[in-house]
Amino acid sequence: MRAGGLSGSVLAACRPGHCGIGTYVAEHSTWSGPDGLPHRLVQHVELSAEAMVVALALALPVAVVLGHLARGGVLAVNISNVGRAVPSLAVLVIGARIYGIGTLPAFLALVVLAIPPIVTNGYTAMRQVDADVRDAAVGQGLSGVQVLRRIELPLALPLLMAGVRTAGVQVVATATLAAYVGSGGLGATVLSGLVNDEVGPEVVGGLTVVGLAALAELGLAAVQRALTSDGLRRRSGRQPTLADAMAADMG
Amino acid sequence: MDGLLALGGPWHWFARNFVHTDQHSWVWWQFVRRNLARGREFSIPDRVLEHVGLTLVAVGIGLVVSVPLALAVRRWRWLEQPVLWVTGAIFTIPSLALFALLVPLTGLSTTTAEIGLVGYTLLILVRNTLAGLDGVPAEVMEAADAMGLSPRRRLLRVEVPLALPAVIAGLRIATVTTIGLVTVTLFVGQGGLGQLIDDGFHRQFPTQVTVGTVGCVVLAVLADVTLLGAERLFTPWSRARSPR
Repeated sequence: MRAGGLSGSVLAACRPGHCGIGTYVAEHSTWSGPDGLPHRLVQHVELSAEAMVVALALALPVAVVLGHLARGGVLAVNISNVGRAVPSLAVLVIGARIYGIGTLPAFLALVVLAIPPIVTNGYTAMRQVDADVRDAAVGQGLSGVQVLRRIELPLALPLLMAGVRTAGVQVVATATLAAYVGSGGLGATVLSGLVNDEVGPEVVGGLTVVGLAALAELGLAAVQRALTSDGLRRRSGRQPTLADAMAADMG
Repeated sequence: MDGLLALGGPWHWFARNFVHTDQHSWVWWQFVRRNLARGREFSIPDRVLEHVGLTLVAVGIGLVVSVPLALAVRRWRWLEQPVLWVTGAIFTIPSLALFALLVPLTGLSTTTAEIGLVGYTLLILVRNTLAGLDGVPAEVMEAADAMGLSPRRRLLRVEVPLALPAVIAGLRIATVTTIGLVTVTLFVGQGGLGQLIDDGFHRQFPTQVTVGTVGCVVLAVLADVTLLGAERLFTPWSRARSPR
């Protein structure tokens, strides 16, 4: 049942409805060329990583400084409710309408969608640091910046990182969806499977995306553990997770 | 020339897109007016109803699955880690990938859409229900026992009402998240307002994109406010107790 494979586009790699998992895996074009899985994977990782770096650079300082100063709480807490209500698909399509089809609208949409969970959790994490601890630090003669660096940040880190994990998972997920506006990545493989009724790309592409999301989540969880201070780790048994981050803005 | 158009700059942009509109504007009012009826090809209310239906079924089933799960965890505590781990793992799966993996099993259908949507509600609903039940003070439980309530009546009359605010907080997050995710079910032949966004994208007709997006946001806000109202209605004591 090997269907004609070298027709140039991944959209025509197999005859519709006849590209099973075996056929797709055996296909040469699955493993090489611009439509092959390796290239799609690299595109996906690049797009996600770039968006994540930019979102972190923009959102973390804002969250930490606002939390330290206890300013802008209403904005910081509600921004992720608003972010949740706007569908990622809509952000992507509006981006494509303004900047044209391709990687740029996808990148911008990813950054926009990654910022809210980072800001909300960063702010909440900074505010939930015990006021007595902060007072004690000031009483010991620490300056504002010292309190921020030595007291607040280490104590805020677990929940702050839970927000970063939420953002990371969401970025990998939205980067999949971004193939819809022509950014490539593993979403292009999945979409071609869905559009042409081919089980092969659907399942293999889908599983690769799932693996990538799991790696992102586990990787960020490892970073969270590594950055959490020893004392804090001994004191609390459980590390904040995605669910904690989702709930952070609901009080 | 009309007033706003003649002003130029941002006013001109605003007028072009939202006041003196045509098919290139972000909103072409004539199109919106024409499609406010049901049964038309680009009908807006049809898509809204579909969107609401998909959301209600997903959150409803999610709740029906989550509450027993949370109760089971209460009884057999060792279940907590596995349950939270599995629901957390489902939550981590990117939506498009999850739908694509379900299609070989259940096809391009409402079933596929609902399985995926329900899956994403579980983590939040289970976690919040559990947190609510765990938050019932031990003294209250003891008082209920001392008053002779059976475990069943204690659950229904004491624990569930006291856990309600946390459950509703979970429902709010789950509902708003689901309303956004319904657009992605477009790729398995559903989509609700997502169909409008898709149509507008392919026909390069921004009005449908705007209507789909604004529709989702409005639905999310309405759902959130409704649930908040329900919480106030069902937990009058929390209002009486909290200081103004």
